[in-house]
Amino acid sequence: MMDRQIRQLAVAFLLLFVILFVQANYLQVFAASRLANNPANQRLLLEEYQVDRGDILARDGRTVLARSRPTGGKLKYQRFYPRGPLYSGVTGYYSVVFGRYALEASQNDFLAGRATELLPQNLVDEILGRDKRGATVVTTIDAQLQQVAARALGSLPGAVVALDPRTGEVLALVANPTYDPNQLASHDLNEVRSARKRLLSDPRKPLLSRATQELFPPGSTFKLVTASAALENGMKPGTTFPNPPALQLPNSTAQLHNFGGEHCLGGAARLTLAQALQISCNVVFGEIGLRLGAARLVDQARKYGFDGTIPFETPFVEGRIPPVSEFKGALSFVATSAIGQQDVLANPMQMALVGGAIANGGEEMTPHLVKQILDADGRVVRETRPSVWGRPISARTAGELTTMMVNVVNAGTGAAAQIPGIQVAGKTGTAETPSGKPHAWFVSFAPAQDPKIVVAVVVLNGGSLGSEATGGAVAAPIARAVIEAALRG
Amino acid sequence: MQALPALDARSGRGTQLALTILAVVLSVGAYVLVTLGKTGKTPPGIAGFVAVIAVSYLLAHFVVTRLAPGADPSLLPTAAVLSGLGYAMVYRLDPGRAGDQFWWLMLGLFVFVLTLFVIRDHRTLDAYTYTIGLAAIGFLLLPIAPGIGRTINGARLWIQVGPLVFQPAEIAKVLLVVFLASFLNAKKELLAMATRRIGPLHLPALRYMGPMLVAWFVSLAVLFVEKDLGSSLLFFGIFVVMLWAATGRVSYLVLGLVLFAIGALIGYAAFGHVQDRVTIWLHGLEPKHIHSDGYQVAQGEFAMATGGIVGTGLGHGHPNLIPSVWTDFIFAAFGEELGLFGVTALLLLYVVIIGRGFRAAIARDDGFSKLLATGLVSVIALQTFIIVGGVTRLIPLTGLTLPFVSYGGSSLVANFVLLALLVRTSAPPPAHAPVRGRGRARLPREAQASEPTIATARPEGDGA
Repeated sequence: MMDRQIRQLAVAFLLLFVILFVQANYLQVFAASRLANNPANQRLLLEEYQVDRGDILARDGRTVLARSRPTGGKLKYQRFYPRGPLYSGVTGYYSVVFGRYALEASQNDFLAGRATELLPQNLVDEILGRDKRGATVVTTIDAQLQQVAARALGSLPGAVVALDPRTGEVLALVANPTYDPNQLASHDLNEVRSARKRLLSDPRKPLLSRATQELFPPGSTFKLVTASAALENGMKPGTTFPNPPALQLPNSTAQLHNFGGEHCLGGAARLTLAQALQISCNVVFGEIGLRLGAARLVDQARKYGFDGTIPFETPFVEGRIPPVSEFKGALSFVATSAIGQQDVLANPMQMALVGGAIANGGEEMTPHLVKQILDADGRVVRETRPSVWGRPISARTAGELTTMMVNVVNAGTGAAAQIPGIQVAGKTGTAETPSGKPHAWFVSFAPAQDPKIVVAVVVLNGGSLGSEATGGAVAAPIARAVIEAALRG
Repeated sequence: MQALPALDARSGRGTQLALTILAVVLSVGAYVLVTLGKTGKTPPGIAGFVAVIAVSYLLAHFVVTRLAPGADPSLLPTAAVLSGLGYAMVYRLDPGRAGDQFWWLMLGLFVFVLTLFVIRDHRTLDAYTYTIGLAAIGFLLLPIAPGIGRTINGARLWIQVGPLVFQPAEIAKVLLVVFLASFLNAKKELLAMATRRIGPLHLPALRYMGPMLVAWFVSLAVLFVEKDLGSSLLFFGIFVVMLWAATGRVSYLVLGLVLFAIGALIGYAAFGHVQDRVTIWLHGLEPKHIHSDGYQVAQGEFAMATGGIVGTGLGHGHPNLIPSVWTDFIFAAFGEELGLFGVTALLLLYVVIIGRGFRAAIARDDGFSKLLATGLVSVIALQTFIIVGGVTRLIPLTGLTLPFVSYGGSSLVANFVLLALLVRTSAPPPAHAPVRGRGRARLPREAQASEPTIATARPEGDGA
């Protein structure tokens, strides 16, 4: 009589176990990915920190920008940046709390040994019972040049970008202020949090690179873009323009003045385009802008990459120029934009790309930071091949602009960039800011006839010279130091 | 008539020997894999370990064949595999605890043998109904006793005698099953009498509801005084299941559910920690709880989710992120490192024990044996369901050990006593039953009621 109940109990218990089996399926199959990727699941992090993450090296393949050190703790490896603040704009950080940034983020698949190219090596490591090893990222950064650029900038707020115009390789990427990624890579979570809090509350925004991420009015360096548009649209270096002491802006009571209120070239009646660039005459460039019109000016800026998407391995914010529609009914804006004021914005990386395109015969190369990827045994698994991003100007325009830029250095505003024995081409910029202390700019390349390096410099709010600062006085010497080191090196 | 069971016992011996050897291989294999996974080397002293495990398992096997001929051949090997896997996992989680666990396993095997040796016929236990019942209640409430009672993790479940700390509730649950089997078998006709009909239910007279109310109060006492949700739930569950098995009255199931609901509501209203368990069950993964009170349950789920279908491999996961993983949450550790495959295998091993236990219950002729086997099996089944369900967030978490697998001496030893009784019950009892006391008067009546031909013919099915 009891057997009936016993059989029913057996069925009931079997059912209970079926329910457990279904629940295990739910956790381990159906909801597995959602649960496993919950940020509170430290397993993924532990797994990640189990990997002997690859090095980030300078282009010499020896100078270490970032590497992993065994900790003996729960998280097996810790990221170490031997020259932390110097390279933070390149490496970024690798933080338990705040994740990855810059190269640490974009090259993570290689550094963490996860890329498909690394499968054979992973397999060997697995068989030998070794920790998974990440691949080494060799950057295009020239360690010596980076140090020269950092030293030349000193403690001034600003940034320096040096590129190889022929390949787009970034040779130096320096920005002030900077930060020490070691503080964020610490395994002491409280230290990381307080460091991050400090960096975020700093009004100078040290986590944002002034070389690539922040934007400033480019001032007269933007005249390179305006001049490009002029030459591409039928004007010649010898085309002359009236030279009044100030330019009455159309539909407006405002006037456009020259720097310091001077009358360009001692009050000559007319100036050529070349002369206007050489002495950076605002009045004439305002006229050129008006003659070109908004559409041609905006179009030329966009060809250089303004408002575009230029691929880069760390966060890069391209220059900005308002759309053509915003100039309608505000003709005066075309004149002020043509001299790099108003709503035109750029950073040293963007201006280095403009300079690079002029230096490289009109071809703008895609900028890049990664030279090659080596697996843990030193085999090359990937190599970056230079690629052309765009052709903003013709070779002839590039040649004409180069000649004008040579004159800027030899006999114009950029005299401070002269180097005996090396012909430097450049363009100064002194961008007005609401604070009254202008940003000092310099965009340059050398040697002018066979350019091997392009350097763009910005020093914010005039640096030590304050309101007296000009691009020629403050920024040009920094560019000269970098060029000299690169070519005399 | 005589030849058939003998033949069966011999083939059963062969089966059990083969399965025991398999258990040794699986246990040693898991231990070696764990060490390999952790250190990349085979464990030192592996030969000694193999020898000790093999000798003790095989010894237990020979004792079963000698002392309980015809016993179910799969019960001991299945429990042996579970204990072996459990030991390997405890070693993997915390080598410092593995030493204890090893000696408890040895002690468990020893009391297993001892129980089989002392109790040659389980029916003799039927004579000590109330002695065993009182002992059960005594053990259950022992931790309350001042002086020896110990509170660990907020639950007063332990007693300390000299250097020895153990959980008397583990022994109590085995004694309780024996008591209930004896008591309910004696009173089942009485309890099954329907005296009043309310709607579709036949409700027993109030005086026959007494036993259930007593069980209910005892369960509530365990909950209130010892703050032990798991044991409380388990005891009441065993009681209801056995009462139903004895009487077949649905009304008892309904009554049991109603009393359970009332008890749960009282517990929920009275205790913060009961409310917490429910909150964690429902909202454990929400940001408010995931780093604090829901941490353990969340980590358990993450462990299983990270393990996925095949697991990370023994020694390659991070089960130690789960607090107390070696006791209550050891199932999640298996889920992480052996995956869905591993936990399915574990669940199936329990299903084997449960299935074979019920088979033994049906094979016996007398009500006491049937109820005893049913009760013992119910302990394993319910305890496994409650803890695995809690770990996988199917039901609110209540602390219980995973039978044979979890770290913990009291639990392991008590489960081997339970296993010994189940093995004993699964074996055909001696024909010349040495039954004493009140049991003697009852046994012949039972024997007359059943049909001996069916009883002896049944084992034939085992070979098929």
